[in-house]
Order: sequence, then structure tokens, then C-alpha cells
Amino acid sequence: MAKMSVLWLQSGGCGGCTISLLNAESPDLMQLFELANIELLWHPSLSEYSNQQVLDLLHAILNGQIQLDALCLEGSVIQGPHGTGMFHALAGTNQSMMHWIKALSAKAKYVLAAGSCAAFGGITAAGENLVEATGLQHDGKNWGGLLGKEWCSKAGFPVINIAGCPTHPNWITDTLVQLALGQLQLDDLDELHRPRAYTDHLVHHGCSRNEYYEYKASAEQAGDLGCMMEHRGCLGTQARADCNIRPWNGGSSCLTGGYACINCTAPQFEEPHHAFGETPKIAGIPIGLPTDMPKAWFVALASLSKAATPPRVRSNATSDRVVIAPSSKVKGRKV
Amino acid sequence: MNRKVLGPFNRVEGDLEVQLDIEGGLVKAAYVNSSLFRGFERILIGKTPTDALVYTPRICGICSVAQSVAAATALAKAQGLTPAPNGELAKQLILACENMADHLSHFYLFFMPDFARPIYEQEPWFSAIATRFKAQVGTAASEVLKARAEWLHITGLLAGKWPHSLSIQAGGSTRALTTNEVMRLRLMIRQFRQFLERVVFADSLEKVGALSSLDQLKAWSESHANSDFARFLALAEALDLYQLGRSYDQFLSYGAYQIQGIHTFKSGSYRNSAYATLEAGQITEDISHSWMQSRLRVANVWEGETNPHYGKVGAYSWCKAPRLQGQVLETGALARQLIDGQPLIVNAVKQTGGNVATRVIARVLELARLIPLMEQWCNALHSKEPFCTHAPIPDEAQGIGMIEAARGSLGHWVKIQHGKIAHYQIIAPTTWNFSPRDELGQAGALEKALEGTEVSDEGAIKVQHIVRSFDPCMVCTVH
Ligand code: SF4
Ligand code: SF4
Repeated sequence: MAKMSVLWLQSGGCGGCTISLLNAESPDLMQLFELANIELLWHPSLSEYSNQQVLDLLHAILNGQIQLDALCLEGSVIQGPHGTGMFHALAGTNQSMMHWIKALSAKAKYVLAAGSCAAFGGITAAGENLVEATGLQHDGKNWGGLLGKEWCSKAGFPVINIAGCPTHPNWITDTLVQLALGQLQLDDLDELHRPRAYTDHLVHHGCSRNEYYEYKASAEQAGDLGCMMEHRGCLGTQARADCNIRPWNGGSSCLTGGYACINCTAPQFEEPHHAFGETPKIAGIPIGLPTDMPKAWFVALASLSKAATPPRVRSNATSDRVVIAPSSKVKGRKV
Repeated sequence: MNRKVLGPFNRVEGDLEVQLDIEGGLVKAAYVNSSLFRGFERILIGKTPTDALVYTPRICGICSVAQSVAAATALAKAQGLTPAPNGELAKQLILACENMADHLSHFYLFFMPDFARPIYEQEPWFSAIATRFKAQVGTAASEVLKARAEWLHITGLLAGKWPHSLSIQAGGSTRALTTNEVMRLRLMIRQFRQFLERVVFADSLEKVGALSSLDQLKAWSESHANSDFARFLALAEALDLYQLGRSYDQFLSYGAYQIQGIHTFKSGSYRNSAYATLEAGQITEDISHSWMQSRLRVANVWEGETNPHYGKVGAYSWCKAPRLQGQVLETGALARQLIDGQPLIVNAVKQTGGNVATRVIARVLELARLIPLMEQWCNALHSKEPFCTHAPIPDEAQGIGMIEAARGSLGHWVKIQHGKIAHYQIIAPTTWNFSPRDELGQAGALEKALEGTEVSDEGAIKVQHIVRSFDPCMVCTVH
């Protein structure tokens, strides 16, 4: 079987999705390419080719000499200044990267946005968005971006948005392997065209702070063990990702690391319109309630569970380590 | 004279273009263009100060922790906050972990694969080097990726995830370790020590760290020929990399791994063969050849602005030109170890200056020097004590965070007004190294290092060695 050819390009981003991708384990990235029958045509950090050799390769793809199966873009599409894209000219070409991305997208069987920048604009689009950063097919929450709503790749797919800031290495590798096997279907993508393999979950699923959540025993300061939803800006109950089920860097997550989920897989996460580390509230109730939960229920449950909070959970919630251990109950008596 | 444009460079972080004026087969002048502008300094204006800890790591995926530590240090200064001793140690451990991962990636994935390219096919050493280091398929790639990923489990344990952790705070770290976790950390460091001692050095780290002259290093290399470091040293001899890529031999380090007010690796500059102490106030940025406009062509960093102006006549890069008392400095592992007075590096620079070989030697040497330090810091953790201190952010304040990232000196200058960020300027290591010319026409450090280089092949392989010897990070450069 012919190998699936992959071209990886970087534009208005930090390179972090690549760096995260290199953290893939069991198998490592090079092994994975081999095992999954993937041929990396070129990747800016990993390949031998430089300078003219790269440009020759890009031209060969454009004139059809080399077949491009999957184009991965990391980083936003930079459209500024004034729609010229020249805030990022592809080195050696004096042409905007935006121009190259558009031309190469037309040749690819599949186009993948690696990370929230390429998917939606991401961090580069924050603030006044001086550089007119946008995503491949979404501009923030809206359809559009560089390619427009109606655009389809040669295989009839929209841009596959592997959102995340950065992406988990296996969000990328799983998608590539599925494509290489010809198994990815349109209904494997969610409404924002992110792989449902990880967005069918909430970050809240599997969070080690769940007991604190249940009792609304909340962290107050950075490093406290309690649930971070009430005061510390955690969006885990709304964020679509499996970060607490499929751990990072050998078994951890943002939440295990002691800080809030900022919902980095969502469009416009970069502009929450409040400080990231604080929960905006109206009349003491967080504005962003858990996904699929009516407000009245949340308020009722929260006051009930607050009243029922065991002293252990309450004390530990505002400490950076467990101060009261759970007691062991043996039938009929307390040990 | 003819002009050659090189780009896109790969195996550097981000996008880079180099223009060469070539005369008689030698580079007469080089112009370095950092070709991507994103505008982080503008994004930060008007934000809540602590949001800098969310935005600035995202300047760069490869040195996100360094950006976090610089931001946290600047905020701590603004708050007048002393970090919890444990938190300070945790921060240095996370930063050292990232810096070492970067050194390792640079050596194996970015730098060495150039010697496995077809241009060297006729060399007697080629087949062995290509088997080991060829991009993607060399035996080293898989082995190193595995060791690197496991090494970065330290960031999982101490910082939740990497890149782009939010654990690093002005007052320390959000992740307190239990006694049991400190023990696990110790084992993780030991495991990586073993990898380095087996694969990179084929010797104990202490023995490598004790080498004190270039002669000793060369003798060591012959008796440890089966190590990857010795493989590089043999190439450096064979290709005379000690003669390649000399810049101004003026160096800068902000001082690395500050613990309780003391830098583990000293801060300072080295100019005209003499050491000098460092004042932040001596640093300026010059925009005369940058696609930027500003009230001042040369500004103290507190006066610096970021107003892009594409098409500005005479400009050729998005990068500004940082200078120390008007002088061009080189920063990185070589500068850091030289300024710290590490004997081998002091001797190597005295004998051969800053060049492709000494830049790489200093980086690999840091791998050997850092592990014993990390072991000490780990032992100094008190798992019963706090990891973070807290203080409100004042409405009006300012602070500078000057630290060392893997690639050299990184500084954040923040001013807070009415409780929001009013001014944020960043000078990254590669901003120093890959700066364009300044108003006096002085070439940047890489531009200078490329002058006089022989270009006899289509790909200008020597130019590529020189560029990569700086371990450039282009996304940081302009930010
Ligand atoms: S910290 Fe966030 S993810 Fe964890 S339980 Fe609370 S709301 Fe859920
Ligand atoms: S926990 Fe939230 S912020 Fe952290 S990586 Fe997952 S989705 Fe992103």
C-alpha cells in the first residue's frame, strides 16, 4: 500500500504543537510514522531538506508531480497587514505564507489544523489582532477563516480542526493514523470539525478534584487542592477534551498541575474578557455553568452540597496538600 | 558580487531567511530576516497582569517555561514578592528540565543531521555518522525522542503539562510535592543521568564536568570515541569547525537559576576580553533596520514600542536590534558558561573564540553540569513546607524579569498602571543573536559570524552549520 504523504507547515504560532507532538510515547513519533505507513514529505523541525530543496518540493506538489495526502498547518493564517499576509512571508520566496497555504490546500486530500491557532486563530488573534490572524476555516467562532465555509479538501472533508493549545500529541497521531488507514469518517468530527475521539469528553471527566466539585469545596489561592470552578476560573466542566482521561507528559494534566483549565480547545479561548485565573460571577454564581446543566439545578445542588461538605474535604480544599486523610470505616466501628 | 537568498531554513524553531552578498566565493555581508511578526507585546496591553502567565509562554513552544519564568520574575518584582523557597526550587527544576530537553533536541534533531547530508558522502566518516544522525531515520532519532519524552515527565510531575504550563507563578509553583513525589523526581533525574552517561558521554557526568581545557577535551574525546559527544568532537576536528562562524567574541548572560538571590551561573558581560557586571539600564533596542516605527530610533527598553511598519525603506527584518551600551553581544550556553568562568569554556574561548564548535561544546557540557545541580535542588525541597506565596498585584508598579533560557538571555519588562498591563517589552535570546543592523550599521551577531564564510556549494552548507550553531528560536526572536 502506498504511504500516506504528510506535509507540515508552520505560520503564525509558537511551534508548541510540534514540540508537544515530539512527546508522543509508545510508540515514539518516528516509530509511529513507520508503523502507520506515513511518509513525512517535510516538517520544518524534523526534516533534512532546507532552502531551495524545500521550495522545489512545494513546487512539485503544486504542479502535481508529488501527491499530497495530508497537509498539516500549525499556527494561524496571518492576513495582515491589510490583507497582504506579509507579516509572514515564507522565507526564500517573498510571498506571503497565506498564499502558499491556500495554494497547497487545494492540492491536499485532507487538510488538518494542528492546534487552536490554525483551527480558529488562537492566541495570535488575541487583543486587537494587529496581524489579522485567522484559522483555516474558522475565524474564532465564526465560519470563514482563510478558506471559507463551503471549502472542501480533495477527499470531500472540511478542515479537520485538531484544536488545543498545544494539542496533545496523541490527538494528532490518532487522527493521522485514522487517516492513513482510511478510517476517518465525517461523523467522527464534532460541530467544529474537531475529532470527537477527544471532544466527546469534558476536561471535568476524570479530574482528580471531582470530590471537591461534588461538595463545592473550592480552591481559593493558587496551589489549593479544591475545585477551581467557583473562584479560580476553571472551565473544565465546559471544555471539550479528554485531558484528565488521556494524561499529559507521563500522567498529568493542567488540573493535576494545580491550575485551571482555560478551555484551550475552544475557539476564542484566548479572549475570555476577564482575568484567566478568576471566575466571573453574578450574585455569587459563576456565569459559566457546567455544560448541559440548568442554572436552577446548579444553584440548588450547590447549596445542598455545600451544607453537606465533610470537614476533611473543606480543609483540604484550601490547602496545597492533604491535611486530613480519609478515615477508614470497618463495619460498625471507626478505626 | 552576487546575492544569494537562503530560506526557509529548517531545523531552526520558526521561519528564517538569510541574504548573502558573495564575492570571490566568500560571504561579504549577510542580512538576517526574521520573517514572522505576531505582536505579543501589543496583545498584552490592557490585560490583567497575571494573564501574562497565560500569554507569554505561548510566544514559544520550545521555551515556554523560560517565558513563564521571566514573566513570573517580572511580576514578583512588581509585587515585591519573595517566592516560597520550595517554589523557587521547583521553578528552577522545571526550567532546567526544559533547557536540557532543548539542548538535547538541538544536538540530535536540529544540528547533527547536517553532517549526514549527501554533500559529505565522500568523507571517510560519512557512513557511521549518517547511520547515527540522519534526519528522522538515524538510530539516534528514536532513541533520543524516547529519552526526551520520559525526561519531560518531570514537567508533568512538577508543572502539569508541557509546553504551556500555568504552574509557574510569581510566588512559586502551584504544584506542591509530597515526600513520595520528591523521591520519584529524584529517580527521574537519575534515569536521565544514566541515559546521558551511557549514550551522550560514555562517561560519568562529573568527569566530563571536570575537563578544564581544550587539550583535555580532545584527549578525552579519543578515549571515549563511542559517545555521541566524541563523534561530534571528531567532526569538529575533521571539518575545522573551530574556525567557522566567529562573531564579535562579545558575550552576555543575565545569570541563570537564581536561588535565594544568588545566580547559580553568574551574570555579566564579556567584552574586549574582560568581564563586566551588568546593568539592565544599559540595554537599548534599535529599530533603524526593522520594519518598525517609533518615536525613538534607539530606545531604552522602558521607552520601547512595537509598531509594525511593513515596507519601511532600509529595513529588512521584523526583529529589533538590542544592544548593550551600543555593542552587539552574543548570548547562549557558550556565553553563560564563559561568564560563569567554567574552565573548559574559558580556555576554549581564549584559544579559538566563539565559533560553531565551541557553541555546541558549551551546550553539551551544560547537559553534564545541570544534572548534579538538579539533584542538589531536588534534595533541598522540603515537602512539608509551602510551594507558593501570595500577594496582591499593585495598581501601579513595574518589574523586570531577566533570566537565562536555553538559548541565552531573556528579559521581560512590565509596567502596570490602573491595575492593568500598560507596557510590556520582551527581548529574547535570538533577538540578540539574530538582530539586524543598528543605526551605526553594525551587523548583528549572526550577520557578523557569517562574514568571510566560504560558499562553494548550492546549499551553502557552512552557512547552515553556523546558523544552527546558535540554536536559533525564530518564534521568540520577534514574538
Ligand atoms: S477543577 Fe475544573 S475540571 Fe476539576 S473538578 Fe473542578 S471544575 Fe472540574
Ligand atoms: S485541561 Fe483545558 S486548558 Fe489544559 S490542555 Fe486540557 S483543554 Fe487545554
